[in-house]
Amino acid sequence: MAAEVFAVIGAALASAHVAVLEAPVSSPFAEPPIFAFGPAPVTGSTATSFAITAALGLASFLLTRRLSVAPGRTQAALELIVSTIDGEIRDVTGRDPGPYTPLVGTLFLFLVVANSVEIVPLVHSPTARLETTMALALVVFFSVHVYGVRANGLHGYVKHFVQPSPLLAPIHVLSELTRTFALMMRLLGNIMSHGLVLATVVSIAGLLVPVPIMAFGLFVGLVQAYIFAMLATVYIGAAVETQRARPREVAR
Amino acid sequence: MSVQAWSIIGAVLAVCFGAIGPALAEGRAITAAMEAIARQPEAGGTISRTLFVGLAMIEAIAIYCLVIALVLLFANPFVH
Repeated sequence: MAAEVFAVIGAALASAHVAVLEAPVSSPFAEPPIFAFGPAPVTGSTATSFAITAALGLASFLLTRRLSVAPGRTQAALELIVSTIDGEIRDVTGRDPGPYTPLVGTLFLFLVVANSVEIVPLVHSPTARLETTMALALVVFFSVHVYGVRANGLHGYVKHFVQPSPLLAPIHVLSELTRTFALMMRLLGNIMSHGLVLATVVSIAGLLVPVPIMAFGLFVGLVQAYIFAMLATVYIGAAVETQRARPREVAR
Repeated sequence: MSVQAWSIIGAVLAVCFGAIGPALAEGRAITAAMEAIARQPEAGGTISRTLFVGLAMIEAIAIYCLVIALVLLFANPFVH
């Protein structure tokens, strides 16, 4: 029974992908807009990421509406997620995770959903498109500087660009730019290449063969979400710690 | 041969040879991490977190090759 259900679900998923991929593999860099919102054209991936944002926001609002000191099942699960993210940030930055959890946790949760949404028939990951990953990388780029300035003051933060020598300032600036570019390309490349592999396998091997590859894609998406959030934390931690030689140990 | 044919050959070569170096490097990194965890299991959390970040850095190189291949195939500046 379970095997039949699995086979039916797999066949449905795979045939949906076949239906989408009847056309030759389209360019991953250009996507035609599906409708225009005023002067701004909206593509399918933008609409998907709007939908994910709205769903996550609504779920967070509904699930945290009635919090109690003695947590029920849902609240315990939510607290587990938040405290795990808190713990990871504390381990990496060596600081109180309070100011960083909203950004890093949101990035992680959004990316988990956005990378895994490929499993839903007819929906494509917004992170397989350049505009989404570029937007996320820019968010990280700017928030690193905001956190750095907030922790060290403008003067203290800018000073670390000319240390140990003003000769190295161009290299500091270059590394800020290239690591943002790398952040963007890493996520894009992983998710998009998985989609291309899936498209190739579907066009060669038909129905049930792509199912294990789709399962592997879930794993890849989870790992990439973790890596993106972790690298954002590392960058923020480095920007915040410019004044101290070593991270301060925080009491658990 | 046309620019398109050369682009396809270039894309194949980029992915072929661009995957070799990162593959060997990731193998070495994982070997070292496994040895370290076997020797010192209590440091496993820190080691695997550092491993993940390092693997992401190494993997980025292979991803650059993939991006170059995709640019050659789909967004080639010399094909109009």
